[in-house]
Amino acid sequence: MALLQIAEPGQAAAPHERKLAIGIDLGTTNSLVASVRSGVAETLADSQGQHLLPSVVQYKNDGVVVGEQASLNANVDPSNTIVSVKRLLGKSLADVVQQYPNLPYEFDSQSSHVSMNVCDRKVNPVQVSADILGTLKRRAEATLGDDLTGAVITVPAYFDDAQRQSTKDAAQLAGLNVLRLLNEPTAAAIAYGLDSGQEGVIAIYDLGGGTFDISILRLSKGVFEVLATGGDTALGGDDFDHVLFDYICQQAGLAGDMSKGLRRRLLDDAKAAKEILSHESGVDIRFEDDSGVEHEVVINCHKFESLILPLVKKTLRSCKRAIKDAKVSAEEVLQVVMVGGSTRVPLVRHQVGELFGKTPLTSIDPDKVVAIGAAIQADILAGNKPDNEMLLLDVLPLSLGLETMGGLTEKVIPRNTTIPVAKAQEFTTFKDGQTAMMVHVLQGERELVQDCRSLAKFDLTGIPPMTAGAAHIRVTFQVDADGLLSVTAMEKSTGVQAQIQVKPSYGLDESEIADMLTSSMQHAKEDMQARMLKEQQVEVARVAESLQSALAKDGKALLSEEEYAAIEQAMNNMLEIAKAEDIEPIKAAIEKVDSISRAFAARRMDKSINQALSGQSVSEL
Amino acid sequence: MNFFALFGFEEAFDIDLSRLSNTYKSLAQVTHPDKFSQASDSEKLMAVQKSAQVNDGYQVLKHPLSRAEHLLSIRGIQLSHETKTLQDPAFLMQQMEWREQLEDVEHAADQEAALETLDKELQQHSQAQYIELQSLLEVNSDESDIQAADQIRKLKFMEKLHHEIELKEDALFDE
Repeated sequence: MALLQIAEPGQAAAPHERKLAIGIDLGTTNSLVASVRSGVAETLADSQGQHLLPSVVQYKNDGVVVGEQASLNANVDPSNTIVSVKRLLGKSLADVVQQYPNLPYEFDSQSSHVSMNVCDRKVNPVQVSADILGTLKRRAEATLGDDLTGAVITVPAYFDDAQRQSTKDAAQLAGLNVLRLLNEPTAAAIAYGLDSGQEGVIAIYDLGGGTFDISILRLSKGVFEVLATGGDTALGGDDFDHVLFDYICQQAGLAGDMSKGLRRRLLDDAKAAKEILSHESGVDIRFEDDSGVEHEVVINCHKFESLILPLVKKTLRSCKRAIKDAKVSAEEVLQVVMVGGSTRVPLVRHQVGELFGKTPLTSIDPDKVVAIGAAIQADILAGNKPDNEMLLLDVLPLSLGLETMGGLTEKVIPRNTTIPVAKAQEFTTFKDGQTAMMVHVLQGERELVQDCRSLAKFDLTGIPPMTAGAAHIRVTFQVDADGLLSVTAMEKSTGVQAQIQVKPSYGLDESEIADMLTSSMQHAKEDMQARMLKEQQVEVARVAESLQSALAKDGKALLSEEEYAAIEQAMNNMLEIAKAEDIEPIKAAIEKVDSISRAFAARRMDKSINQALSGQSVSEL
Repeated sequence: MNFFALFGFEEAFDIDLSRLSNTYKSLAQVTHPDKFSQASDSEKLMAVQKSAQVNDGYQVLKHPLSRAEHLLSIRGIQLSHETKTLQDPAFLMQQMEWREQLEDVEHAADQEAALETLDKELQQHSQAQYIELQSLLEVNSDESDIQAADQIRKLKFMEKLHHEIELKEDALFDE
């Protein structure tokens, strides 16, 4: 039994020296969680010693099953078992039905969002993803033995705003504090330490179970720029299994009809054969068919390679295309990082190595490399490495634009712009006395509105009535470090702040998330109040800690005595209120501290900018 | 927002690009939201806004055309969102010639070579325009600034044409 630490009465326990932070690779087929422990980033196993958590969620009347067990049940209970939910995240129902016409789920046709009827309830992809994230969160808490400061969650580089927002919503629903959304290829590059010292072009080749992604990144001065991405959302290691399965059937003379059981068994044999053939020269498969006849099929390495070669060549074509899009040459690529279980197949490594003219990096387990990179970044963001100079600057993956007359898109922020970024666009009214207008925000590279992703429609209301063309409404689009968009608007001549009604086209709005949170609490029989109180108290501790260290560092130099005293008083007041169990007063006290210390924060920012400009070291000690 | 001031530069067209890049790196280090991940929400928001300014400023100052435009806007001449067109008959003629040349590329025996010739001619012209722009901006009088604005309008057109040439080159590769 673990020893409990008990603080002396009236004395708070010392804050942890080290903050616990995790990195999560929320994958299409499998998900993983990793953390930095004793200076080493490693993935965390469940109680059975398994690191990979199959991204499968089965809903039952009496509960939810996530992972291996759900995966085993997928065949017998397909309509209630959600597989590869990542493909549905941030999409409209129409998109999903068109892209994946054969999904076994019962979609709620009344809803434009994707919503599935499972057992006694409805779930959407955000909730399903939250169930996967929640499982990993509990695993991490059990292994690390304490509450988590936060998590870095990885997303594919090409994820648009709706997909990123949905990922973040899912994390929030699972009770995770998201430190950052990180692009998967960037995470893989961090895991290999390519962020330190290296300058140049790197390629990340990611062949998973069901998807293939290639990313070309440029690293310069700590900036990770995504030059190009490409791939195939319907090509992966599972396809290797299928060609082997077809070959086994053909050799055994089995045509078409076979029992479900035999089919399942042979697919499993094919998968096992693939794994054996990755390190041995041949494999012998014996089985009995449905009529009791014995079969033996021998497959050697050479045969295996000739079977999968067309599939591997297909990934190479995507690579060449991405290299061209990135406007670099294959020789310019300094390093190739291998990600995904299917890159264990020697032919894949060999072919990729040949294309780029260099041996790919494979020393880190390709299933774990993304989660490990995320954990390293999480450790830094949690504040465990204050002297770390590394800075990841990501870019906007897809251009943001607005609908203009005639169904055309006007780009406001082009793709590959370094984020955070803010851009303003001015609009005017076209009718006398007009007090409202609608703005349609899109994401994508194409010219026509219909070819881009619709992100949101904003109703600008409260515009002061003026003659046509007299009102100048300045709409500011802001994209944060996670690639998420927010919008503000102001009428310039009067300074009136126009209200914006955000209607996410595919994502969920705040109230829907709050509803989901409530219903998930009821389901899990958790106490909503208790969780919210806990969250507020954690927030109090965080605000107090960061403010105390700021006061200690700059308080005397940047604040007058009165200002210093006022901030200190508000902070002590907040800490006092947080001891009680009333949520609203705590929120108000945090808000008070926030507003009273805002000027101090701005002065600190100016001070560090001035220091940076005068070339002084910022990390003064 | 005066980006020259934000980056600690004097307001001038001719700037040291490597110093700009180093300054950008230092400013990004102190303003990026990742450096505020444990701070309060309003501090995080401030960091997002500040680092967006730093990123924007770097892009504006890095490219000569946007740098010149920014310099003029500080001096009171706004070029963005303008509807005013250029009144220079000689340049308009030149503009039309280039457009025709670009359209004729499709009928050329060697399209790639034809595009390259046109692009080279364009580059030579724009280099000459930049030299003139720089001396106009150095004068820093109302009159020279108005001339500089015209110069920028010409260069903007040329940049657009250069972009169209690149698109055509890409299309040739894809065939």
